Amino acid sequence: MKIHEYQAKEILRKEGVAVLDGHVARTPEEATKAFEELGGSLAVVKAQIHAGGRGKGTVKDDPEQHGVQLVKSAEEAGGVASRLLNKTLVTIQTGAEGKTVNQVFVEAGCDIARELYLGIVLDRAAAMPVLMVSTEGGVEIEKVAAETPELIHKEHFHPQIGLQSYQVRKLCAKLGITGKSVRSADKFMRTLCKVFADYDASLVEINPLVVTVAGELVALDAKMSFDDNALFRHKDVADYRDLSEEEPSEVRAGEAGLSYVKLDGNIGCLVNGAGLAMSTMDIIKLHGSEPANFLDVGGGADAEQVTEAFRIILSDHHVRAVLVNIFGGIMRCTTIAEALVQAYKTVGFNVPLVVRLEGTEVEQGKKVIAESDVDIITADDLTDAAKKVVATLG
Amino acid sequence: MSIIVNKDTKLICQGITGKAGEFHSKNCIDYGTRMVGGVTPGKGGETVLGLPVFDTVAEAVEQTGANATMVFVPAAFTADAILEAIDAGIDAVIAITEGVPVLDMVHVYEVVRESNSILIGPNCPGVITPEECKIGIMPGYIHKKGRVGVMSRSGTLTYEAVWQTSNMGLGQTTCVGLGGDPIVGTSFIDLFKLYEADLETEAILMMGEIGGTAEEEAAAFVKEHVTKPVAAFIAGRTAPPGKRMGHAGAIISGGKGTAAEKIAALQDAGIEVAESPADMGAAVKRALESRS
Repeated sequence: MKIHEYQAKEILRKEGVAVLDGHVARTPEEATKAFEELGGSLAVVKAQIHAGGRGKGTVKDDPEQHGVQLVKSAEEAGGVASRLLNKTLVTIQTGAEGKTVNQVFVEAGCDIARELYLGIVLDRAAAMPVLMVSTEGGVEIEKVAAETPELIHKEHFHPQIGLQSYQVRKLCAKLGITGKSVRSADKFMRTLCKVFADYDASLVEINPLVVTVAGELVALDAKMSFDDNALFRHKDVADYRDLSEEEPSEVRAGEAGLSYVKLDGNIGCLVNGAGLAMSTMDIIKLHGSEPANFLDVGGGADAEQVTEAFRIILSDHHVRAVLVNIFGGIMRCTTIAEALVQAYKTVGFNVPLVVRLEGTEVEQGKKVIAESDVDIITADDLTDAAKKVVATLG
Repeated sequence: MSIIVNKDTKLICQGITGKAGEFHSKNCIDYGTRMVGGVTPGKGGETVLGLPVFDTVAEAVEQTGANATMVFVPAAFTADAILEAIDAGIDAVIAITEGVPVLDMVHVYEVVRESNSILIGPNCPGVITPEECKIGIMPGYIHKKGRVGVMSRSGTLTYEAVWQTSNMGLGQTTCVGLGGDPIVGTSFIDLFKLYEADLETEAILMMGEIGGTAEEEAAAFVKEHVTKPVAAFIAGRTAPPGKRMGHAGAIISGGKGTAAEKIAALQDAGIEVAESPADMGAAVKRALESRS
């Protein structure tokens, strides 16, 4: 689960990681007031969306307006806010359709001496979290990783034991952080690693991490996301969820216990199991068409879930045919066939449906479909199914 | 021969008094697995499916001689249940539970690596040696005793591959579902070592998917250390970056973990890669024939 920058900074401030003062604003008036409350001669107005690249990103229909802007008066803060709020911001990470800005963060400025990069993720190969830092702050870290990996320095840490001071000193030496700034770095990095572990985060990214003229480390930006599987023990984090940032059909699927990801093609898929669902998408592509979605109904789907799954698939108007691929294990083919027939009738299908069943009670399952009065095309194996569904597009 | 489990394996189920635990325990017994008991804290002394229930794994081991466990406890308690099983000296811990917080697994992984136990999973379909021992949720009847070692990060995709190899008359030695999470107890490499040493396994089929670098590491290992023919399939060529595809571990992040990278690494290691999921069985056959 992703959260906004201002929410991440709330967490960081609470846990003792240095961040700048700031206020979230949902109207231009609130932004004006936020500037006044900060009391400085300048501030930064930042669009809050779940995507990076905001500084270079621009507002759709207002290409002069970027997602992050320095302002020097309360009026200017309000003016920038009005050009951002309820507008669509397009960045390198949002895709061409962009994302709606529902709030801005008005943050105090600071005197920047250096900009660094800091990120914490799980290193799957090492089965351990890893802190990564680089002198290449403020730029895209993927680019650094690809072109100059030697500029990224890493230290693994145990979530229960935490990052050790000597590890911070090693990183400081690599980053050229010296003198009393090392002490600031020690608190900053070790606290951040503790936050990562304590909150079951899957990503903490501070880019840029700033060293101020006074020699203190401060998080200028903050990006955090969390392990969905651990949200049950972090109710406060779960409350940060912003449904308006998520694809509505994916939210709806989640509520029905389905795993769904919307894609750009026109063949809808309904499959049991994540690996088989991905493979089904792949075989559609292999036969010359594009999948409209990933959808895993799970191991124990009933008629209700299958019906909801069909509704979600068909609510995507690009869908021109649907492929159902079920390998019945614990889920019997008869159960799924009955559910398919019932769902087909309930939903009111208006595109061709190709069904491939295999596994437990497959013969009975096929019989259920054959004896029903619904117009379902059956297939014998994966290749046959893919060919048949692609053929329906003509 | 086979790997990890065989007809002599004595199985208990942690969480046997739960709905899923009891249901799948019954299926394992029906398949012929030697199931000897179950564990549910606080329910020691009860009987489920005619089997004794114990409060602790240690008691179950002491009184039944169990050497394998199937873990069905809820995700919040799974790490603790696995640690208890390792502490009790269980040889094979098969964790079926889905949704375990990944940082819980950091500690579990460390402990299991220092122990003599094997952990399969979590978030996996289990392990089966056809006609001998089934531990997990896979449909037993699709498997046939035979020549191919099968391993995968996914459940139903494994069934698909098993079905294809059964229908082609190749059959399987042991099939292992590694699990779809970012940290799992056993890697492809661990299993390559076991299959390579197993006398009955003539060929190895691995099904990988997007996310992480387990397949690339496996490919490098195969290139250096595996003499048996290997075939592979990677799911998720069409998966978009940054989106979790069902499994917690199936995500392309920061441009890493794409199917294309994995396929290139596998091909570079001389592995026969199936283009289509319908071609997995045939790929094993091609791999076998290329050596004969």
